[in-house]
Amino acid sequence: MGVFRGIHDWLDERFGWAELTAVLKKKTVPVHRFSYWYFLGGMTLFLFVLQVLTGILLLLYYRPTSSGAFESVSYIMTQVKFGWLVRSIHSWGANLMIGMAFAHMFSVLFLKSYRKPRELTWVSGMVLLLLALGFGFSGYLLPWNTLAFFATTVGTDIAGQIPAIGHWLLVFLRGGDQVTGATLTRFFGFHVAVLPGLATLFLLLHLLLVQRFGISVPPRIEAEWEAQPQKRRELHFFPNFLLREMMAWYIALGVLGALAALLPWGLGTKADPFAPAPAGIKPEWYFLFMFQTLKWIPAKIWFFDGELLGVLGFGVAGLLWLLLPFFDKGPSHRISRWVTGIGIFMLFYVLSMTVVGYIAK
Amino acid sequence: MTIEDIAALRDSRAWLPPLLLLLALSCLFPAVSYAQTRNTCIECHSLLDPPLRVTQEDFSQDIHSQKGLTCAACHGGDPTSDDPNVAMGRAAGFRGKIEHNRVPEVCAKCHSDVAYMRQFNPSLRTDQLSQYRTSVHGRRLAQGDARVAVCTDCHGLHNIRPASDSRSRVHPLNVAETCARCHADSQYMKSYGIPTDQYAKYKASVHHEALVVRGDLSAPTCTTCHGNHGATPPGVASVEFVCSTCHAFQAQLFDQSPHKDAFTAMSLPGCVTCHENHRIVHPTDALLATNENSLCGRCHSSGDPGFEGAQTMHAGLARLQAAMEKSDEVLGQAERSGMEVSQARLAESQARDALTKARVTIHSFTPARVAADVQEGLKVSHATLEAGMQALAERDYRRKGLGITVFAIIVVLIGLWLWIREIESKKGSA
Repeated sequence: MGVFRGIHDWLDERFGWAELTAVLKKKTVPVHRFSYWYFLGGMTLFLFVLQVLTGILLLLYYRPTSSGAFESVSYIMTQVKFGWLVRSIHSWGANLMIGMAFAHMFSVLFLKSYRKPRELTWVSGMVLLLLALGFGFSGYLLPWNTLAFFATTVGTDIAGQIPAIGHWLLVFLRGGDQVTGATLTRFFGFHVAVLPGLATLFLLLHLLLVQRFGISVPPRIEAEWEAQPQKRRELHFFPNFLLREMMAWYIALGVLGALAALLPWGLGTKADPFAPAPAGIKPEWYFLFMFQTLKWIPAKIWFFDGELLGVLGFGVAGLLWLLLPFFDKGPSHRISRWVTGIGIFMLFYVLSMTVVGYIAK
Repeated sequence: MTIEDIAALRDSRAWLPPLLLLLALSCLFPAVSYAQTRNTCIECHSLLDPPLRVTQEDFSQDIHSQKGLTCAACHGGDPTSDDPNVAMGRAAGFRGKIEHNRVPEVCAKCHSDVAYMRQFNPSLRTDQLSQYRTSVHGRRLAQGDARVAVCTDCHGLHNIRPASDSRSRVHPLNVAETCARCHADSQYMKSYGIPTDQYAKYKASVHHEALVVRGDLSAPTCTTCHGNHGATPPGVASVEFVCSTCHAFQAQLFDQSPHKDAFTAMSLPGCVTCHENHRIVHPTDALLATNENSLCGRCHSSGDPGFEGAQTMHAGLARLQAAMEKSDEVLGQAERSGMEVSQARLAESQARDALTKARVTIHSFTPARVAADVQEGLKVSHATLEAGMQALAERDYRRKGLGITVFAIIVVLIGLWLWIREIESKKGSA
C-alpha cells in the first residue's frame, strides 16, 4: 500500500488529485425500487470500451480490401492465437451493446429521466444510439461475406430512397453506384475513424451532462420522498455503486466469453458480387423492425411510392423521438402520459416487428 | 375560339365531311393489308371438321406460316381466290392431300435446297432427306411400307414449331414421347417384331432423370444415340462410339482394357453389356462387387483374376467412401459446434473428385490404376479428418477455458460482493 500512497501523494502534489477525485466521492446514486435500471448506461459504456479494445486487436490483422477482407477474417478465426475469441467477442459484443443501448433508452423513457434539465442528455444519448447503429451497419460489411454484401446492398438501396439526397447518399455510402471494394474501404473508414471520433465526442458530452445534472429520480419516487423524506436513500457512486457496476461488467464478460466459446461468430461464404442474392436476405436484428415495416408497406399508397413513404415516416418518427423531452411538460401534464403511452406502443411495435421479421421467410 | 364559335361550328355540321373522310381512310388501310395476306384456305378449313380442320390459331404458330409461307407452298392452289374451283383448281397447281409416302419428298423440295433454306436460316441442315433414306424408316418406306414414320409424324402437320421451341414434338424434352407414340404401341409395332418397352425403360434411366427431372437439355434422348432423320439402332461395333460422344474418358479406358478384345471376340457390344441400353440406371459401387447381384459376378467366378480384380477395386472404393463419410461426419460435428472448418470442407471436394476419378478409372479394369486414384483420395480424406479432429480438440480446449474463466469470474464476483459488504458495514454508507 506504501507504493500506492506514494503515487497518490505524487499526483496530488502536482495535479491536485484529491481535489479531482473529491467529485467522484461526492457523487451519489439514488436507491429505490427502480435503481437496477441505472446499471444499463454503465453496461453500455463497458461494452463500448470492450468494442474499442477488441477492434484495435482485430485491426492488427484485418485487411479492408475486397480481395483480402474475407481471407484476413478467416485467418484471424483460424490461425491467430485467440483470434477467434477476439473476433467473436467483438461481434457478440456489438450486438449486446446495441441491445443494451436500446434497453437504456427505454428505461430512461419510462423512468422519465429525460425531463428538464436533462433534455440534452437524452439528445446526446439518442445520437450515441444512432452512432451505435452506424457502427453495426458499417461493421457488418467488413468480413465481406455473402450475407453482409447483400444486406449492405439492400440497406444502401433503402437509403437511396430518401427524396432529393437519396441518390447522392447512396453514391456517397457505396463509393459508386454498386456495392464494391470501394464500399468496403469506405465502410472501414467510417467504422474505425469517423464513427469512433464522433462517438467519443458525444460520449464525453453525455457523461459530462450526466455528471453535471446527477442521476434522475423517477417522478413517482420523488413524490414519495417528498411526502416521506425519511425514505430517501442514496449510495456513494465511488466505490459502492461502481463496485456493483463492476459486478455487472464481470457478468457481461462471462456471458460474452460463453457466447464466443459455445457459439463462435460464423464467417459464411465469401461475397460474390456476380452471384444472385440468396433467398430471404435480412439485415441485422436491430434493423429488422424497420425492414419488416418497409416490406409490409404496399408498393403504392395513393400516388406515392410506398417505400419512399416508409422511409420518410421513419425519418419523421426518429426526429420526433429525438425531440421527445421538449414535448413533455412535466408529470402532472396530460402529454406526459401520452409520451409514456407512445413509449409502450413503440416498445411493443419494435419487439413484435423484430420477431415477425426474424420468423418471416 | 369562344363558346359561341364552338356552338356555331356544331350547328353548321362543318366538321362532318372531314371526319367521314378520315373514317373511310382508316377503314381502307386494314382492307389493303388484308388483301395482301389473305388465305382463303384457312377461312374455309377452319369451319370444317377434323381431319380437314385447320384453324388460323394453329397455323399462325407454324414456323412456315411465320416465315410467310401459305398452304399453297405444300398443297398448291391459289389461297387468294374466293372461288373454291379456282383456289383448288388444277390451273393453280392444287395438289390436295399429300400422300403419306410422298411427304419426305415434298418437304425436301425446300429443305434440301441449300440456296432456298439459307435465306431463312443459314445454319439449318439440308441433308434431312438423304439422312432419312439411310434410316430404318426411310428404307422401309422405299420398300413400300407406308406405316413407317415420315417427317409429319414427328414434326406435326399444320403447327410445326422449330425444335428449339419447348412445345415442339421434337424439342429434346418431347422427343422420347414422340418416338414412343409408335414405338411403345405394341399393336402398331406387332408386325415388326421389335420390343416396345424402350420408352418405359428409358423413363427409368439416369438419362431421363437428367433431361426431364433436372432439365439438363444436353442429356441424351432417343435421337442422341439413334440419330434423328437417319434413325437406326447402333450396331454392336458402334455402341461404344455412340456412348463415347459424351463418356469419352470411360471409352478411352475401355479401349485399353482387357475387356475390349474379350468383348469383341464374343461379339458383345461395349458399354451396354454392363449398363444396358435404354434402362441405364445410376451406377453404384455395388455393381462392381462380386456377389450375385454384381455385374462382374455374371462372367467372373471366384478364383479367376477378373474376380479378384473386381474385389480389390470394390474394396478400394468402399475404403475411400468410408473415409470420406467419417471425415464429413467429424467436420459436420465441428461445424455444428461453431468451429471454422471451411478450408477442410473445400479440401473435401478434392477427395470427392478422386472418388469420381477412381470410378471412371474402373473402365480400365486395372486394379493398380484404380488403387492409385483411391490413394489420392484417401490422402485428402485423412487430412480433412485430421483437420476436423483438431477443430473438435480446439472446441474442447475452448470449453475448458470457458469453465476456468467462469469459475474465475464467480470468484471475483464473490470477492466484490464481500468487499462491498465490508465497506458498507464499516461506514454504513448506504
